[in-house]
Order: sequence, then structure tokens, then C-alpha cells
Amino acid sequence: MNLWWAVIATCLGCYLLKYAGLAAPRKVLDHPAVKRFATIVPVALLAALIAVQSFGQGFDGPRTAGLAAAVIALLLRAPFLLVLVVAAVVTGLLRITGM
Amino acid sequence: MTARHDAVRAGLGVGIAVGVSGLAFGAAAVTAGLSVAQACALSLFAFTGASQFALAGVVAGGGALVPGVAGALLLGARNGLYGLRLATLLPARFRALTAHGVIDETSAVAFAHPGEARAGFYTTFASLYVTWNVGTLLAAVGASRVADPTVFGLDAVGPATFLALLWPRLKESAEDRKVAVAGVVIALAATPFLPAGIPVLLAAAGALVVLVK
Repeated sequence: MNLWWAVIATCLGCYLLKYAGLAAPRKVLDHPAVKRFATIVPVALLAALIAVQSFGQGFDGPRTAGLAAAVIALLLRAPFLLVLVVAAVVTGLLRITGM
Repeated sequence: MTARHDAVRAGLGVGIAVGVSGLAFGAAAVTAGLSVAQACALSLFAFTGASQFALAGVVAGGGALVPGVAGALLLGARNGLYGLRLATLLPARFRALTAHGVIDETSAVAFAHPGEARAGFYTTFASLYVTWNVGTLLAAVGASRVADPTVFGLDAVGPATFLALLWPRLKESAEDRKVAVAGVVIALAATPFLPAGIPVLLAAAGALVVLVK
């Protein structure tokens, strides 16, 4: 398989997957069980994503500390962007200092 | 500050913070052996980070391309699930264009701002699309040396972003907390045994557990 075909197949497939959910028939979307599933499933997906991105490739001290700092910032009601900055700075600093 | 400002600000913030990872993708792609045009095509037309990194990884490892594409699509499958919810929040008129923007970040911002889902979704889509593609191009042509996102702690920004966006829902709803914990446990338990992409999809089953009760 030529590399270009792989790129094109990935682009096309990814687009169709995105489109499929949006284009689900209204009747399906309005079904109470589907509605409830659709409302709650992002929580499961995003929580899983947080876990996999954080620990999927093994435990990493600085990254874990950065996330812990983000949790503390959230508990202290820090604004959204500050939470991201705190996570990056704590992780980056610990890495630079080799801790 | 209005709810709309809040949604727009979050969208711009995510666009800038996560978009920087476009640099990492551009660098990873050309290092893997993709051409600059191929790297840019992926960011322009696939526009879903996890799938793009997965394909670049397979190319780098000299792996077979057909399973490589299949792996990338597995990672993209969750976008279809976000669509089920977004379908009722976003206008149907521009569906073909809107669909291109259905990814983790845009969905997370939209869901985090109920009432202003549209503003959150489209702001994130626009800002992230620009930064992701500019980043890919800059790194692919070698204009940037940010090959390793771990240096600046950028690898913590992705999970911190989703955590911050999910936070209000977790604080408010015990049911959402249960679903989130189930999702985390399922995904981490499955990660050592299953190909990338499947653990997160399996976590959707965590939502089913709450539903059947």
C-alpha cells in the first residue's frame, strides 16, 4: 500500500466516523435511551482519555505531578487557562530539574 | 462575564494550548518518513490528533499500512459517539462542515458549556484548526525544533484540559462521577492488552452500566 493511499484512507475514514454520529436519524437521537446514553457517554470517554493520556504509556513522575497540581488548581477554583499553565509549568520544571 | 464569553475564552484557550501539539505532530510525521505534504494533508483532512499520531507511529516503525490505517480509524471512532450528543446541540445546516470539527477538544468544550455549546464548539474548532495546521506545517518544514513535547510539559496539557472541562460536571453530579470512575478503570485495565483506541471505546460501556440501573 502506497503511503499516500494510507493518508487518504485515514482522512476519509476519520471524516466519515465524525459524520456518522452527527447524521444519525432524528428518530434514533430522540429515543430516550439513546438520548441518555449520548448525554452521559462523553463523560466516560473523556475520563478514559484523561487516564490513558496520563498513564497509558507508563507512570511518569513529572506528568503525574503536573496533573496533581492541576487538580489542586481546580479545587482552588483557578480559571481554566491557569489550570493548563499550572499543569505544563509544574511538569516542565520538574523535568528540567531532573526530579 | 457572560456564559458565551466563558465558552469562547475556553475555546480560544484550548485552541492555543492544544494546538501547539500540532508542532509535535509535524515533527513526528516527517521523522517517521511522511512527506511535508502528507503530514499537512493529515492535519487538514483527518484533523484528529490521536489517529494522526497513530498512523505516523506505524510508518515510523515500518509497520504494515492496512492495519495501521485500521488502528488510526479505531482511535477516530469515539468521535462518532460525541456526534450523537452534538447532533442535538449544533445546527444541522452546516452538518458536512461541522462534522469535520467533531473531536475530543471541541466536544469537551461544547459539553462543558451547556447553553453555549455552539459558541464553544465553533470557537474551539476554528482556533484549534488554525493552530494545529500551522504547527504541523512549521514543524514539518523544520522551522521548529519542538520535536519533543515533553520538554515543556506539554504532554500534561492534554489531560489537564479534559480534566478542567469535565470538572464542573464531576463536581455537580454523583452519577457523572460514577461513570467517570468506571471509564477510568475500564480504560486503564484494558490498555495493556488491547490496541490503542479500543480501551477508550470500551470505557463507553461504563456509561451503559449507569444506564441499565
